[in-house]
Amino acid sequence: MCGIVGLFLKNPALREGLGARFATMLAGMADRGPDSAGLAVFHDPVPESECKLTLFAPDPNHDWESLGSAVAAAFSSTPRIDVRSNHAVLRVAGPAGRVVDWLAANRPDIRVMGYGRLIEVFKDKGLPGDITERFGVGGMGGTHAIGHTRMATESAVTTEHSHPFIAADDVCLVHNGSLSNHNRLRLRLQRRGLRFESDNDTEVAARYFAHRLNEGASLKEAMEAGLDDLDGFYTFAVGTADGFAVLRDAFACKPAVLAETDDWVAMASEFRSLADLPGVDKATIWEPEPSIVYTWSHEGGS
Amino acid sequence: MTTVDLSASSVRELNARLHALPADTNETAWRIAEPKGAHAVAAGLTVPVSVEIDGHVGYYCGGMNRAADLTINGHCGTGVAENMMSGSVRVRGNASQCAGASGHGGLLAIEGDAGPRCGISMKGVDIVVGGSVGHMSAFMAQSGTLAVCGDAGEDLGDSIYEATIYVGGKTGRLGADCIEKEMTPEHLARLSALLERAGIEADISGFRRFGSARRLYHFRVDNADAYS
Repeated sequence: MCGIVGLFLKNPALREGLGARFATMLAGMADRGPDSAGLAVFHDPVPESECKLTLFAPDPNHDWESLGSAVAAAFSSTPRIDVRSNHAVLRVAGPAGRVVDWLAANRPDIRVMGYGRLIEVFKDKGLPGDITERFGVGGMGGTHAIGHTRMATESAVTTEHSHPFIAADDVCLVHNGSLSNHNRLRLRLQRRGLRFESDNDTEVAARYFAHRLNEGASLKEAMEAGLDDLDGFYTFAVGTADGFAVLRDAFACKPAVLAETDDWVAMASEFRSLADLPGVDKATIWEPEPSIVYTWSHEGGS
Repeated sequence: MTTVDLSASSVRELNARLHALPADTNETAWRIAEPKGAHAVAAGLTVPVSVEIDGHVGYYCGGMNRAADLTINGHCGTGVAENMMSGSVRVRGNASQCAGASGHGGLLAIEGDAGPRCGISMKGVDIVVGGSVGHMSAFMAQSGTLAVCGDAGEDLGDSIYEATIYVGGKTGRLGADCIEKEMTPEHLARLSALLERAGIEADISGFRRFGSARRLYHFRVDNADAYS
């Protein structure tokens, strides 16, 4: 089943309360996905000369300080580390890619959940309300967030198999549905040198979109290409540094509701997650059409 | 008027109260507040009461309805009035996919748009949609009438048995074995009466009628070899 939600704030005055609003939305999808939950929040940008990575260590007593020292030695730059439960947000000089590669080579016990200049990704097993509390999501501000509650069908219930899946710097994806051609597509992408972290179908979609974006496609173009290359059932929500996109497959059996006011745009698998948003009674509410890419960005327009 | 606030009462409690009503109940008018997208609101009613729901509902609102008259002052999730037997369900907003699915009787009036698969496997229900319907509407429809004042999506009436479809706007590609049929004065009169019953106004002069070519479900002797 699974539930997905996204909240994109147009009115800057609301941004301080993003996390609290979003936590309520995610909790609204608990019935659709009690196995695990995750979210990506876009906030608190680091300077252009820096990057931030959200890291996960299965051991709750993980020694993040020693990891910090090792990163400092490797990159001649002392990282700042903000530990939240079994995740840590690491801010360090330089581009994210080299830290991701270094971690893969030197610290296979650490999983990279997300990276970029804005994105922070938190995911874990359990109910969404417990997870947002564990990571302190209610206290986070930001411009937009996407999230997922999972009822697993295609692969195991683990933190690594939970959504969102990071696709590239400040790009991540949540998915309600299941893909049927993910094994073949994963092989195709692996032959092109892409690295995978799991056997999950959604990770394939995330890497696919990242691959298209790397080739120079816009987010809209990348998702439209997915209509041809991804086979299966899906409602996707994608978050990028300045935007948010929603796409349903042509068959459109996976639900989605969009709501928009002058202040915000919100997407959820069901209206239940939108019911407590401010001004929802005056919002324009509709069901996204099959095979149409809906996008919003802070630069305006849809 | 009996009012139930779903922010204070569970759907289970509400439905249990409605199910316990005797056929000759004096509590014939109900108002339900704060549904907030809840599922199965007022599903399985069997007595002639009127229920007004103020807000948006989730899945299967008014499912299996018999005799009751429901009005939803909002949008509906999947499967509103699914498998309705009789009575009526009115949606003031839009309905999601599978509205009126497999309905045996009664009237479903949707003032806004309906999503994909509206009237899928309908078995006698009458459905009137003031706006448009999505793809694969009236899929495997067996009996009843679907009237769409706006447009109909792709594959309308796919694998249709016996049911009548009227569309006022554009249609996409028709489904397998669904064909356009002549709009006779008799059909215009029936459509006019149905729209009036549904309280939905439309200029019926441009409506077209669709139904089954009856090539798909009748045995054809030409195909006998395929079964030997």
